[in-house]
Amino acid sequence: MKKKVLVIGVIGADVHAVGNKILYHAFTEAGFEVVNLGVMVSQEEYIAAAIEANADAIVISSLYGQGELDCRGMREKCDEAGLKGIPLLVGGNIVIGKQKFEDVEKRFKEMGFDRAFPPNTAPETTIAALKELLHMEDEEA
Amino acid sequence: MKPVLLIDFGSTYTKVTAVDLEGERLLGTADSYTTVQTDVGEGLENALHKLEETTGHLEYEARYACSSAAGGLRMITSGLVPELTAEAARQASLGAGAKVLKVYSFQLTEDDVEEILSINPDIFLLVGGTDGGNSECILHNAKMLASAQFDFPVVLAGNRSAARECARILSGHEVHICENVMPRFGVLNTEPTRLKIREIFLSRIIQAKGLSKAASLIQGILMPTPSAVMKAMQLLAEGCEGETGIGDLIAVDVGGATTDVYSMSDGMPTAANTVYKGLPEPYAKRTVEGDIGMRYSIHGIVDAAGIKRVSALSGLDEKRCEELIDMLAKHTDVVPEPGTELERLDYALASLAIETAVSRHAGSMEETYTLMGLTYVQTGKDLRSVQQVIVTGGCLIHTARTKEIASHALYSMATPMSLRPTRAEIRVDRHYILAAMGLLSEYYPQIALRIMKKELENDGYSE
Repeated sequence: MKKKVLVIGVIGADVHAVGNKILYHAFTEAGFEVVNLGVMVSQEEYIAAAIEANADAIVISSLYGQGELDCRGMREKCDEAGLKGIPLLVGGNIVIGKQKFEDVEKRFKEMGFDRAFPPNTAPETTIAALKELLHMEDEEA
Repeated sequence: MKPVLLIDFGSTYTKVTAVDLEGERLLGTADSYTTVQTDVGEGLENALHKLEETTGHLEYEARYACSSAAGGLRMITSGLVPELTAEAARQASLGAGAKVLKVYSFQLTEDDVEEILSINPDIFLLVGGTDGGNSECILHNAKMLASAQFDFPVVLAGNRSAARECARILSGHEVHICENVMPRFGVLNTEPTRLKIREIFLSRIIQAKGLSKAASLIQGILMPTPSAVMKAMQLLAEGCEGETGIGDLIAVDVGGATTDVYSMSDGMPTAANTVYKGLPEPYAKRTVEGDIGMRYSIHGIVDAAGIKRVSALSGLDEKRCEELIDMLAKHTDVVPEPGTELERLDYALASLAIETAVSRHAGSMEETYTLMGLTYVQTGKDLRSVQQVIVTGGCLIHTARTKEIASHALYSMATPMSLRPTRAEIRVDRHYILAAMGLLSEYYPQIALRIMKKELENDGYSE
């Protein structure tokens, strides 16, 4: 079976590189083909990489609290670029301050994200979500 | 003495260079008008005649040639995303010494195909998608091309999963399959395509350009001229067995119509707080500025740098600059006399041509404040630590101010984010031997390198 392709990276003016490397290894280990864009990635870079690599999903990390601003308009740009319906996932410390995560999640879903994950999410949780979104259980069964 | 003849069939001039293999020295150079319309052999005979006036009659051991005659190697490329595979295709073509007439990205339209047919390139390079990635675009583009009547060869260097199908779609045409120019995201792989382009150039383009008659007189036309220069510069930088190179370098050739820039350097970030963005660039990189040239493209220099700077550098007022520039654009063969207004103007134009072309070639840095503090974002090559600059072109050879002009290739406080060399040794190619040495290096790299080290005159350091 052809491996599912993920594009990952840390969005915006964010240089937190460690979590990004952990995710890269975790996703690769889980059987995904991973295009890792590293840190300080712009929306356009995710999209360009996803087009060339014919990606199955985009996984965005944000650790510095500005994630909501950085992610705004991402879904619309994907639509514009012909990546209609591509699963968008986001996680990390995506907002500042003490906010109820349900509210945060709701706002990201309204922005067109398929999944938003709170701080301290284990890679396994994201992997499970990806498998569900990409209907991978069916194929494995 | 063991003389070898090296020939460069240019679009306007045929240049000949004679070297002695035993003495490892230059015997002489000469040039004459190229006459492709009638017979390139005629231009060659005239040039040889002129050469013999200085060297005397020579029995050549071998004759090798490169060519940029009849418009050079004209290519069109198409890729998927402009900054990714389309850019990789452009880099591969430039590296092969081609003149890139058009770069398409995403899906080709009917209008695009019409345009391609009207340009009628020597080679079409079709790429798109990483290996196992997007194949929809390259398949679509192959179909669009297949719907048209053409007889130029197509080189396929895109997503390998789609290569065979593209070839089937284009059956009936000359198709060459190569490794992907961007097999994985952000990885450039231009060498196989470069070699394939050269192979096609040798087997097919030379005949098409009416150069085969001349080819029978010599051992063979080995490569396009820019490719020969690139080879020479790579040899000069890296060295070869038995002879060391001079290290990372930049070379600039300011011509009448275009300005070519070559860099031999990795140029990747060296500091920990610098993040690299965009497609990594090849160690051996070539760019061509089609709008920057001393005569045919003289207005391009003014458009890029502004008339104010031309005026400031030449010391002539703006109106006078404009008058003289218009005159030079019409009379492209004017060579300024020393001490004249024209000489001052040419000094300013040459300086700005170099500054513009090298700035476009070199990478740039951007400062970004992050929560972790000041971070630098680099795009393109960081050439600040390059210590050698080689310059050539009429405006740099026929002047006493070579070093002053060439210093415009260097880092400037006025544009601190442009990553040009901070301090470099300037060398001048006074006899136009770069292409000839690239040819010679095909068989005698050590001798070519020694001659270059001798002949590229050191014009001192510049900061």
